[in-house]
Amino acid sequence: MAANEELLQDVVIKFAGDSGDGMQLTGQQFTNNTALLGIDLATFPDFPAEIRAPIGTLPGVSGFQLHFSSNRVYTPGDIADVLVAMNAAALKVNLKSIKPGGKIIANIDGFDAKNLRLANYPEGINPLEDGSLDSYELIKIDVTKLTRESLKDFTDLGTKERDRAKNMFVLGFIYWMYNRSLENTIEFLKEKFGKKETILQSNIKVLQAGYNYGDTTETFTTRFRVEKAKMNAGTYRSIMGNQALAYGLIAASEKSNLPLFLGSYPITPASDILHELSRHKSFGVRTFQAEDEIAAITSAIGASYGGLFGVTTTSGPGMALKAEAMGLAVMLEIPLLIINVQRGGPSTGLPTKTEQSDLMQAYYGRNGECPMPIIASSTPSDCFDVAFEAVRIAVQHMTPVILLSDGFIANGAEPWKFPKADDLPNIEVAFKTGLAEGEDKFLPYLRDEKLARPWAIPGTAGLEHRIGGLEKQNITGNVNYEPENHQLMVNIRQEKVDRIAQYIPEQKLDSGPEKGKVLVIGWGSTYGAIKSAVLELQAEGHAVSHAHIRYVRPFPKNLGELMQQFDKVLIPEINNGQLIKIIRDQYLIDAQGYHKIMGVPITKQELVDVITKML
Amino acid sequence: MSTSTTITPITLTAKDFATDQEVRWCPGCGDYSILAQVQKIMPGIGVPKENIVIISGIGCSSRFPYYMNTYGMHSIHGRATAIASGLKASRPELSVWIVSGDGDSMSIGGNHTIHMLRRNFDVNLLVFNNQIYGLTKGQYSPTSEENKVTKSTPMGSIDHPFNPLALALGADATFIARSMDRDPKHLQMVLTRSHQHKGSSFVEIYQNCNIFNDGAFEVFTEKSTKADEALFLEHGKPLIFGVNQDKGIKIEGLRPVVVNLSDGVNADDLWIHDEHDFYKAQILTRMFDDTKTEGHFPRPFGVFYQTERACYEDVMAMQIDETIATKGRGNLDKLLRGKEVWEIA
Ligand code: SF4
Repeated sequence: MAANEELLQDVVIKFAGDSGDGMQLTGQQFTNNTALLGIDLATFPDFPAEIRAPIGTLPGVSGFQLHFSSNRVYTPGDIADVLVAMNAAALKVNLKSIKPGGKIIANIDGFDAKNLRLANYPEGINPLEDGSLDSYELIKIDVTKLTRESLKDFTDLGTKERDRAKNMFVLGFIYWMYNRSLENTIEFLKEKFGKKETILQSNIKVLQAGYNYGDTTETFTTRFRVEKAKMNAGTYRSIMGNQALAYGLIAASEKSNLPLFLGSYPITPASDILHELSRHKSFGVRTFQAEDEIAAITSAIGASYGGLFGVTTTSGPGMALKAEAMGLAVMLEIPLLIINVQRGGPSTGLPTKTEQSDLMQAYYGRNGECPMPIIASSTPSDCFDVAFEAVRIAVQHMTPVILLSDGFIANGAEPWKFPKADDLPNIEVAFKTGLAEGEDKFLPYLRDEKLARPWAIPGTAGLEHRIGGLEKQNITGNVNYEPENHQLMVNIRQEKVDRIAQYIPEQKLDSGPEKGKVLVIGWGSTYGAIKSAVLELQAEGHAVSHAHIRYVRPFPKNLGELMQQFDKVLIPEINNGQLIKIIRDQYLIDAQGYHKIMGVPITKQELVDVITKML
Repeated sequence: MSTSTTITPITLTAKDFATDQEVRWCPGCGDYSILAQVQKIMPGIGVPKENIVIISGIGCSSRFPYYMNTYGMHSIHGRATAIASGLKASRPELSVWIVSGDGDSMSIGGNHTIHMLRRNFDVNLLVFNNQIYGLTKGQYSPTSEENKVTKSTPMGSIDHPFNPLALALGADATFIARSMDRDPKHLQMVLTRSHQHKGSSFVEIYQNCNIFNDGAFEVFTEKSTKADEALFLEHGKPLIFGVNQDKGIKIEGLRPVVVNLSDGVNADDLWIHDEHDFYKAQILTRMFDDTKTEGHFPRPFGVFYQTERACYEDVMAMQIDETIATKGRGNLDKLLRGKEVWEIA
């Protein structure tokens, strides 16, 4: 039976199930399939902190949200048009984020008495039966039963193994619904199960069964299609934030001819950077899983001291442990990159949830006057550029740099028009190779116009010298406790960071008029939500603009002037107001904040409402 | 300075390893002797000065790098071992020396010490053990004896002390040795052996802090008691000590016993030191009695144990070389492109 086809512009779909149901994989497969068609997209995986929370319970729900569109996409979407709920808990957790009239595809088997009880539904209540979902389009499928049936010929597979393919049934069905080809997923399965023929064939069988189910039953009389988005011409791929950070580091290593050394201790949500980099030994990348966060950063300091590029990756709690070593790097004035993929805090906080609450820590969280440049990534693909730029700043200005990302960007994916290696700029690195003519003694703290000191690495004859964490005498680098010298050195270290403003681009508006009513300033992962909200209001004719700050310390030198052109400034953040304090402090402007700190991104609609009130 | 006209490679002397920085330890501190011995052996180890790096943590001993005309870093408390690990992983050709104290290496930096040892980076860790916190003006340390009265323990310390060499052996160090500030020749020998060893060397050096813990090791260092209290280990030689070289150590079952050679015990029946015997090394590290107790064992000095094990930095480099040999050098365009791409016209 040939169903009609309906053209849609914009779809938000959420796959939700128990953390053992394979929803992340299902979502990723559908994402890749969507991306390959040139449709624009953004994703938001949302999983529990526990590796295996009790099956069927509310804390065990794992979700994957995908927003795809023939228009440009900047966020994973505020609410879902379609929810796939593999069990009762998945429905309960996500019910409030489905559009009125939206579709709910429910796996009947996941709503049996046991699952309903685990999801805390009152005795005898089944939302699939009691009419409570009447305002939605409810599609009930017995996924478990149909999966088992389609595998009845696979006699050497046990029930458990058969049931594991459930997610393929759902994926096949969704592929049918959106009129897609199964090819990329079949290829993926071949690669994944290459040698396990039975498992491979059973998965393909179930995938096709799901597709055929859509075809043969009359679940929908229409199938849906979303066309290619109008994106800039070029070759694209899909990229996730942590992966882009790793690639940015490798690219910077290649372009600077500095081998990369990563010292890292596993921590959510940063570990994937360690995993990714450890796979790229062919680029000479050295990855060192240290015994703790402190050894992770100090081993990286050792590497940079030796003339490699030292990086350490972590999240908030790890940042706290690294603070003293960051101070050492500031004193030593050597290149180093500290990446903080922020998560909910304080303490262990919300390990798998997103937050922007470590900005103050990055700015001020060390003993002494200890300024460090800070750079923040705003989208998954932006992580590549930001990592590359962070390395450039670190080596050219001889300073440790902090890069802030967050859990939302780290695991989110988007299409990326990746650069060609030749188009990336070289990062010039000048090691000092010996005493210059007329120079009779090496002066390790003699500075250039950027106030950067020479990078003289062990193995260079004639430049033997000693550095350390005690206050340095200006120019000679010898230990010095004199009052005037300390004042001078504190000033120099500050000025050195401030001067970076002369070597970074000016702040540009992301969109909107150069003068107007409201300027929305953001940093980090709020980019998509702010952009979408501001574009919507601009389309309604409002004088609203958006500036997104990548260089958080020092700020671009025109930032103050840029803000002056607007009647009001709004700074939304996923924290209790951190950037806003710094901006108010530095520019004495009456900026207004919007703060939400619930472990989830700020939505477009919230911002539209807030900005509208300011107009 | 040589006035010879024949062309010889530049030979350095201990003086070439001194810096123009004024040495700031208290007069009489054991650190002076250790510095002198390190400077003395350096010209002879066959490593160009620019390839030597000394990394220290915090504490009196950690001022060391400032006085050595090599590359050096005076880092932060307890982390010298971790910094050295990163440096050695990055630059295996360098000769890396870590100078640390009992507090630096076994209290605040204990974690990094044991992990560095098990990974077996080819570095030398010199622990200046003075059994006290000197720089902070006299609190007990993790190696101070029990019941020690210090500024922070007016009623005596409660902590049981670490046995540094047993700790190092427990972390599978591949070279452990003990020496003392007051025996220059012995210290030079141990330092040279430490350098020659391929792998992590743990060298405990008894160092007198004459200000806050004077005489902590005097039974081992003073002429009148040294011969009876210190047992000098030599590979292949029997364990003999005493003013008249008439006492020895024998193994009975799994226990060492002190015997008197004048009682007709033959030197051949004594414990013959074997640096490669892990089990005997464990017994040696446990000969750690309080010298005030009746019938205590003498304290061993010298190289207790040495073995070969792959060094972290070598295997790390090997993995990279192997990958490049089999897959070729990484191609950035290929990496960025990944597996699945699509075109937008
Ligand atoms: S306090 Fe003790 S260890 Fe420190 S320099 Fe003085 S004598 Fe030496």
